[in-house]
Amino acid sequence: MATTSASFARFSVISRPSSSNPQFILFNAAPRTGTPHSRTGSARFRCLAGQTGFFTKLGRLIKEKAKSDVEKLFSGFSKTRSNLAVIDELLLYWNLADTDRVLDELEEALLVSDFGPRITIKIVENLREDIFSGKLKSGNEIKEALKRNVLELLTSKGSKTELQLGYRKPAVIMIVGVNGGGKTTSLGKLAYRLKNEGAKILMAAGDTFRAAASDQLEIWAERTGCEIVVAESEKAKASSVLSQAVKKGKELGFDIVLCDTSGRLHTNYSLMEELISCKKSVAKVVPGAPNEILLVLDGTTGLNMLPQAREFNDVVGVTGLVLTKLDGSARGGCVVSVVDELGIPVKFVGVGEGVEDLQPFDAEAFVNAIFM
Amino acid sequence: MEAVTGSHHFSTLSLSFSHNKTLRSSSAKSIRLSSPSTNASLSSRNWFAKEVWGWVNSNSKGVAVRRYTRGVVVRAEMFGQLTSGLETAWNKLKGEEVLSKENIVEPMRDIRRALLEADVSLPVVRRFVQSVSDQAVGVGVIRGVRPDQQLVKIVHEELVQLMGGEVSELVFAKSGPTVILLAGLQGVGKTTVCAKLANYLKKQGKSCMLVAGDVYRPAAIDQLAILGKQVDVPVYTAGTDVKPSEIAKQGLEEAKKKKIDVVIVDTAGRLQIDKTMMDELKEVKKALNPTEVLLVVDAMTGQEAAALVTTFNLEIGITGAILTKLDGDSRGGAALSVKEVSGKPIKLVGRGERMEDLEPFYPDRMAGRILGMGDVLSFVEKAQQVMRQEDAEELQKKIMSAKFDFNDFLKQTRTVAKMGSVSRVIGMIPGMGKVTPAQIRDAEKNLLNMEAMIEAMTPEEREKPELLAESPVRRKRVAQDSGKTEQQVSQLVAQLFQMRVRMKNLMGVMESGSLPTLSNLEEALKAEEKAPPGTARRRKRSESRSVFGDSTPARPSPRGFGSKN
Repeated sequence: MATTSASFARFSVISRPSSSNPQFILFNAAPRTGTPHSRTGSARFRCLAGQTGFFTKLGRLIKEKAKSDVEKLFSGFSKTRSNLAVIDELLLYWNLADTDRVLDELEEALLVSDFGPRITIKIVENLREDIFSGKLKSGNEIKEALKRNVLELLTSKGSKTELQLGYRKPAVIMIVGVNGGGKTTSLGKLAYRLKNEGAKILMAAGDTFRAAASDQLEIWAERTGCEIVVAESEKAKASSVLSQAVKKGKELGFDIVLCDTSGRLHTNYSLMEELISCKKSVAKVVPGAPNEILLVLDGTTGLNMLPQAREFNDVVGVTGLVLTKLDGSARGGCVVSVVDELGIPVKFVGVGEGVEDLQPFDAEAFVNAIFM
Repeated sequence: MEAVTGSHHFSTLSLSFSHNKTLRSSSAKSIRLSSPSTNASLSSRNWFAKEVWGWVNSNSKGVAVRRYTRGVVVRAEMFGQLTSGLETAWNKLKGEEVLSKENIVEPMRDIRRALLEADVSLPVVRRFVQSVSDQAVGVGVIRGVRPDQQLVKIVHEELVQLMGGEVSELVFAKSGPTVILLAGLQGVGKTTVCAKLANYLKKQGKSCMLVAGDVYRPAAIDQLAILGKQVDVPVYTAGTDVKPSEIAKQGLEEAKKKKIDVVIVDTAGRLQIDKTMMDELKEVKKALNPTEVLLVVDAMTGQEAAALVTTFNLEIGITGAILTKLDGDSRGGAALSVKEVSGKPIKLVGRGERMEDLEPFYPDRMAGRILGMGDVLSFVEKAQQVMRQEDAEELQKKIMSAKFDFNDFLKQTRTVAKMGSVSRVIGMIPGMGKVTPAQIRDAEKNLLNMEAMIEAMTPEEREKPELLAESPVRRKRVAQDSGKTEQQVSQLVAQLFQMRVRMKNLMGVMESGSLPTLSNLEEALKAEEKAPPGTARRRKRSESRSVFGDSTPARPSPRGFGSKN
């Protein structure tokens, strides 16, 4: 009877995601219609050429800002919270005799969050060992162990979640990923965030393929008050646009150049070769650039996140991940497998379409939001 | 092993051989088309096995080609890893006499895992596994059919039904313009699909108009306007300050005035849990009263697909779906969820960045490919589109007389390019599901290198590869002109001679008609696998002796070939 009830509850939650709408409206209304609030109290650093530690301070400041934005992250996970509440229901009445049933259902909860069979089995077997060895004796302990397992996977290998921008100016950040993941939007939000911390930002419209891509980035430049370099002709190559942007950034003393690129499937050889050209063209202007190559992963993606990350990493070397679209009911659980296998840290998460909806990644908050 | 596995699938479907000459030419085309693309990335043995297997499949489906000839074909690369997962399930049943509740447990667990790995939503997986189990255990003993073959058949049929059973066509209005409303999440490709759909319908002789209803995403209207110009279709725009339902209404009025056949309305991406945005979409639908409401779903979508489809269907009432981004290597499990959850079919699939890359969705071919049979029918149809019959017959003659040369090689690689690149062609070939994206990129890179070297050859050298084999000076010149190393040129020449031998042996086997049954095929495979290396070795020694006769005593053998011999 308990099993039937639990199964029914889980299924009904899945099939009635709209039940969480009331919780979500309050959050979602603001970013779309409200004007961005200017931040009072933000310290502005003077941009001195060659100043050691500038980027280190910038990174630390961004990290501190993350704490005050945690509430927004929680709001974005409201649907996930509703969906995974079944875990609490399962564990409340747990006893040893029910171990197999409970673990089977925890397994299903993880699968529904896009963790994928391989890593789910890994987590569940760890829990099974601890239960039968007597380390876990209550439902609450199992839940905490589950969180610790996932947190461990996210942090043991991918711990450097701050931007690593080196010591030379301009620092260069390239944004890459497959079509539709939200690269241009993420770049716009990142520009807004960095600019508010006092950095002088230059955008580079390196998507020379998709219709109206430069127009889109120009609108983001306008919204954020940043300067932008766009292609001079329709036939300009992406690598030459980025090269020009970094040169301009160097000549005019910009702190950071943000390079947009066109979306491409990781299985497309020609386009992946083009990405290598973009990287090389930037490195010619500023040795050691780009400082960061951020791969944007769409949170609604299932297990294809992993081959995407593998291929982009093999081809250009990814230094960080941006997980987008977490304001919906998707959980993006496969990112745990990506971090576990490749050791690339998640640096930011996107939780909406507004200019402020980019959060530095906090593994503990992420895990708590999933299993709260 | 690959061929043996394929044999089981093959016999289960009761396919038969045909020796019609036309079909033989057809199979020859598919063999030649596959060889350059797979040669670089697969071992000789695997390549050869797949060559033969490809021939068998295309030959056996020759009858179907005549029956189902269509202008468009599915070229999906979906479900690659689902395939390997399911193969594990089959193998566990080999040796069993009959399916029972006991021996089916483990294969069904493997099937469940394989479907989850393919991103099929968990509720759908549960129902699928239950349905297959019920059918399998209930099936009585059928004389001559092994349990693993029975399970293959049941899974195949169930997959076809899950994805809609048959091709589902777009519905058109009987009077007035047909209105097609596109909806979906952010980033799934709705705006691109609008233009592709307009292009697709124009080819069917229908006039189209696009309506730019996405007032939220920066530059979305500009994007649609640019795409409309690309496919030469008018785009109705009203800026970003007008309500989407009002834009839709105005666009429809404009279309009626101009007597447009089909109006395609773009909308902003939205989350299905965003009540404000979903209400706005309802208003648009009410304003339009559309003939079709198509949900655009990204094939890479994960577990979210079931909830996504359910909500859009309940709130808006979709009439079908369009699946995008099938040119990647996503497992595509979302496709299995769409029909199961909403009861509505997938009508079209998008599989590339070009405006022509929109095709009908064929559930039976998709299911066949899941089971490791590839999509040979689509492969043959596509090959026929880009290669004339006379070319094929001429090429066959050349192969039989050992005159296959670099001109033919180049023609093949360009044919592959017309079919849409290596990654697309490989996806259609049986047993190729396990090829990784990195291998595909390597294959494409090698093809580009090969083309560069061939283009640096003189016309005489292309016709007579022996000239290059005999002359280090020529090889060096080709290497310099093409920017490659002399070793690469030597390898390419050697590959051509090896290919000649393999092709000739294969043709000989086919011509002799010694393949009346499947078991003979297996024997032929074993025999043929031994021949090419030995023959290749002999030929290499022959070339070496020939070169020796032309060189001075100080250089007893050519550098490239010498290092290999």
